[in-house]
Amino acid sequence: MSAVIESKGGFRAWLNKRLPVDQFVADQLTGYYAPKNFNVWYFFGSLALLVFVMQIVTGIFVTMHFKPGEATAWDSVQKMVREVPYMGIIQPMHAVGASFFFIVVYLHMARAFLYGSYKAPRELLWVIGMLIYLALMAEAFMGYVLPNGNMSYWGAQVIINLFGTIPGIGPGLVEWIRGDYGIGDATLNRFFSLHVVALPFIIALLVGLHLVALRQVGSNNPDGIEIKEKLGKDGKPLDGIPFHPYYTLKDIVGVGLFLTLFAIVLFFIPTFFGYFMEAPNFEPANPVSTPEHIAPVWYFTPYYAILRAVPDQKMGALLMALSVAAFLFVPWLDRAKNKSIRYRGLASKLLLGMFFITFLVLMWLGLKPAEGLYVMLARIFTALYFAFFVLLPFVSKADGNGPVPERVTYHAH
Amino acid sequence: MSDHAADDTVPEVDESRRKFLIAATAGTGAVGAVLTAVPFVASWNPSESARAAGLPTEVDLSRIEPGQMITSFWRKQQIYVVRRTPEMLTSLPNHDGELKDPESKDSEQPGYTKNAQRSLRSDVLVLIGTCTHLGCLPKTRFTPNDATVMANWPGGFFCPCHGSKFDLAGRVFKGSPASLNLKIPPYSFPSENKLVIGVDPDAKGNA
Repeated sequence: MSAVIESKGGFRAWLNKRLPVDQFVADQLTGYYAPKNFNVWYFFGSLALLVFVMQIVTGIFVTMHFKPGEATAWDSVQKMVREVPYMGIIQPMHAVGASFFFIVVYLHMARAFLYGSYKAPRELLWVIGMLIYLALMAEAFMGYVLPNGNMSYWGAQVIINLFGTIPGIGPGLVEWIRGDYGIGDATLNRFFSLHVVALPFIIALLVGLHLVALRQVGSNNPDGIEIKEKLGKDGKPLDGIPFHPYYTLKDIVGVGLFLTLFAIVLFFIPTFFGYFMEAPNFEPANPVSTPEHIAPVWYFTPYYAILRAVPDQKMGALLMALSVAAFLFVPWLDRAKNKSIRYRGLASKLLLGMFFITFLVLMWLGLKPAEGLYVMLARIFTALYFAFFVLLPFVSKADGNGPVPERVTYHAH
Repeated sequence: MSDHAADDTVPEVDESRRKFLIAATAGTGAVGAVLTAVPFVASWNPSESARAAGLPTEVDLSRIEPGQMITSFWRKQQIYVVRRTPEMLTSLPNHDGELKDPESKDSEQPGYTKNAQRSLRSDVLVLIGTCTHLGCLPKTRFTPNDATVMANWPGGFFCPCHGSKFDLAGRVFKGSPASLNLKIPPYSFPSENKLVIGVDPDAKGNA
């Protein structure tokens, strides 16, 4: 840890003797050295934290007007949006925020793939991040079910029934999750409790662990070389700069750009052409009318496309679970010596490029109906999706060992 | 330990006794934690009122013309009741080769409906109207040879969500994402025109 803060007397000394405020700032911000060659990809960690805080704050206000339950949920959302001053902005802010959360998280994950940020010694940092992603998916799913629109209802029906495919315990498990023989009051109320209390706590805890693990191992950088290996006479990394004020200031620029985009979507295209809020969810849940075609919100559709690509129900559900779980093993599947894509061969670059494109194509296919050409394409791209994880160990081992620079690539501005 | 041996105010530690006590304490604590979880986990099961709402449902069969279907509710699920015509019944065995589970070996149904017609009484088909794929409502497509469903369509059900196809006994066609035939609830006929969903036929063999 960095230098111990000396007491100067007065209130500050009194405070620091009882609560190590200055020490904390010195350890975590002014004394935390991050590589000086961060690029635009490094905005998304702090932006994810920003969206998390936004979701908590808007969520607190939405909860003030929301009445969970089969009979009340839909009407309470309509009422808050139409009649309560400014809730017509705050409620959509929460809904649009969910999509932006996933945009930021996906870009944050893409950064890790580009620069090998999951590789040793950052495997646990990655695994904790993936746990956050899983908790976030559960949180977003339940949040989508709560207003009890027709897509909420049928989406929940499809997702909860996925658990029914688990051999042996499946049917009983589905009844246990719903607390009824169908989606009802019990389901909506427990989802409310989990969405508002349990999962935010879990996510906050995991985010805390993510940051502690990050402080322990230090940030990776676009060159994927360890700045801790080149220390100056003062014991600080030669290629490192204090997180505060350098990166706090940089992040303010990112926050400004992000909030500009966010505001444009929120004020002018809150449904984002039916992708952030789907048309069938603007009518209340109707158990006797299935929407023409059921699609989850865009951030789940890559996995949904994989689920539908398989003509067997159990295999489909299994492949879908595997497609998410595969991410957890990436730190050990990647056997390259170098971390960053900059110092890997053409094969690695093509493989990663293929994976990014595959993920986006599956995302698009999951939004399309499961018929004809779309099913065929979904099968092809499902195969490509898993091919990435199968090929990664071999490709990374073969062409990820070239020379790397001694110091990070950096051009002073 | 040797450091302490020199100091005769500290008695010798019985390591095995200490290990046993640590294991026993931790073990008891773990058992307590698991048992405490029981009420919390069990609280997620359907409530008494949800169970009560799952009581049997009656259907008057005289309301259904041959070749028609009505829907009823039982346990928050839509129940399809079809009055099958003799033509519908004779067409059933003709497409066994195109089905995933023609004899309903892997599918869920009460024992008394595990037969060629998947029914207690051949003219009355009772199904749980939720697709065995992911729970959507299959739509009726009873007209044979409806080319919008598939070539040589014998008549049956089509799920609009993911395209699963079922015949007039609720049996799933190959090429559907669903793997199993539509489920059948327990049911019985207390009288000629009365169907009760949720009650098995009694042991005396009275339908």
